[in-house]
Amino acid sequence: MNPLAAILVRDMRLAVRIGGGAFMGALFFLIVITMTPFAVGPDLALLARIGPAILWLGALLASLLALDRLFATDHDDGSLDLLMMGGVPLELTVAAKALAHWLTTGLPLVVVAPLLGLMLNVDMHALGWLTLTLAAGTPALTFIGLIGAALSVALRRGGLLLAVLVLPLTVPVLIFGVTAANAAIAGPTPFSPAFTILCALSLASLVLGPIAATAALRHGLE
Amino acid sequence: MAVIDLANPTRFLRIVDRVLPWLIGATVFLLAVGLYRALNAPDDYQQGATVKIMFLHVPAAWFGMFGWALMSVAALGTLVWRHPLADVSGKAVAPIGAAFTFICLVTGSLWGRPTWGTYWVWDARLTSMLVLLLLYLGVLALYWTAEDPGRGARAAAILSLVGAVNLPIIKFSVDWWNTLHQPASVFRIGGSTIDPSLLTPLLIMGLAFTLLFVTLHLAVMRNEILRRRIRSMRLMQAQEVHA
Repeated sequence: MNPLAAILVRDMRLAVRIGGGAFMGALFFLIVITMTPFAVGPDLALLARIGPAILWLGALLASLLALDRLFATDHDDGSLDLLMMGGVPLELTVAAKALAHWLTTGLPLVVVAPLLGLMLNVDMHALGWLTLTLAAGTPALTFIGLIGAALSVALRRGGLLLAVLVLPLTVPVLIFGVTAANAAIAGPTPFSPAFTILCALSLASLVLGPIAATAALRHGLE
Repeated sequence: MAVIDLANPTRFLRIVDRVLPWLIGATVFLLAVGLYRALNAPDDYQQGATVKIMFLHVPAAWFGMFGWALMSVAALGTLVWRHPLADVSGKAVAPIGAAFTFICLVTGSLWGRPTWGTYWVWDARLTSMLVLLLLYLGVLALYWTAEDPGRGARAAAILSLVGAVNLPIIKFSVDWWNTLHQPASVFRIGGSTIDPSLLTPLLIMGLAFTLLFVTLHLAVMRNEILRRRIRSMRLMQAQEVHA
């Protein structure tokens, strides 16, 4: 099997098996959305208005949760050293790991988003568009988070440090994700400019994330 | 004198020791002149006396942003050229840049209270400066958590380069976001031109802040080098005790 495909399959298997915690993020997402009406009140009109923002914020926080597992477990059992010494360029290995991470933690968020949107009284016709913005934007969250994950494993520190490093960098993704979602629901601004920029952010982080993360691993673990 | 000549920390310390008193003197002098001129500058016809806050606010904003640029250059020095003092320089800049950014935010907020009627508005510039401060605090947090100084410096270097790529994007997105949310309320200081009676003190203050920045930077670098020496001496001592 192609080594990158092997890494992808291995990481996905590890994530869905016992101790993997792949769907914890989606569960956390559900809980955050459930807590929102308790905080702002059960006013359906208000919930519909802030729904896209709450969904995006919830997805952002949920995608942070599992990030420190990206390298930490591999670092603990030594397989990260093996991956670093392998013949495949480390950038590609890291990208494959991040892709597996998105498929097991980012994609479930996208899948449950329409249901959670219904709970927040988001317009039925806009649910598809809202989900589309999350599908386009969550890869950017994972690949920006990848940098933070690599930095924190290089320093052997996880948890809060990772969130502190990563969250400010995700400001553009949040802005354009929510803007595109709101444009699809209420207008008056068109959907496509914000959505196109959101896709551009995802594509750019797809390239820059693995490069920066690889540099962090190389410099940190040498 | 080439940059490589400064690679030797001992030589660097000697030069700093010789230069620093003069720099401190010049900084104090220029700050005094700048503040005197600023306090005696005429009031703005719209903003009244609050315009004087600008003389601290604007240079602080310049050097808050310049700090990140310098940190990125230092990051290249650490990762690419492996200059031995580059990571000391990068580490020294982080708290200074954060402090200037913080001063910019505080003075801006104090100016906003009488002018806009509120301490904080989610104006595009304020918001991007706030994100810049958060990024600085992230770099500082990285230094706080790293046990090994070299490792922490390389991690911070990577983060500052990532931030350097991200900052223009953040600035652009915040501008976009702001024009969407509050199109009517764009606040600008008196249009495009500043009167010479206000511009001259501002430029003097800019120069004074430049000297202040350089002085602080060199002093913090010196302290950092000394701190590292103490650390390695302690490690050596600990080894001797065990041996």
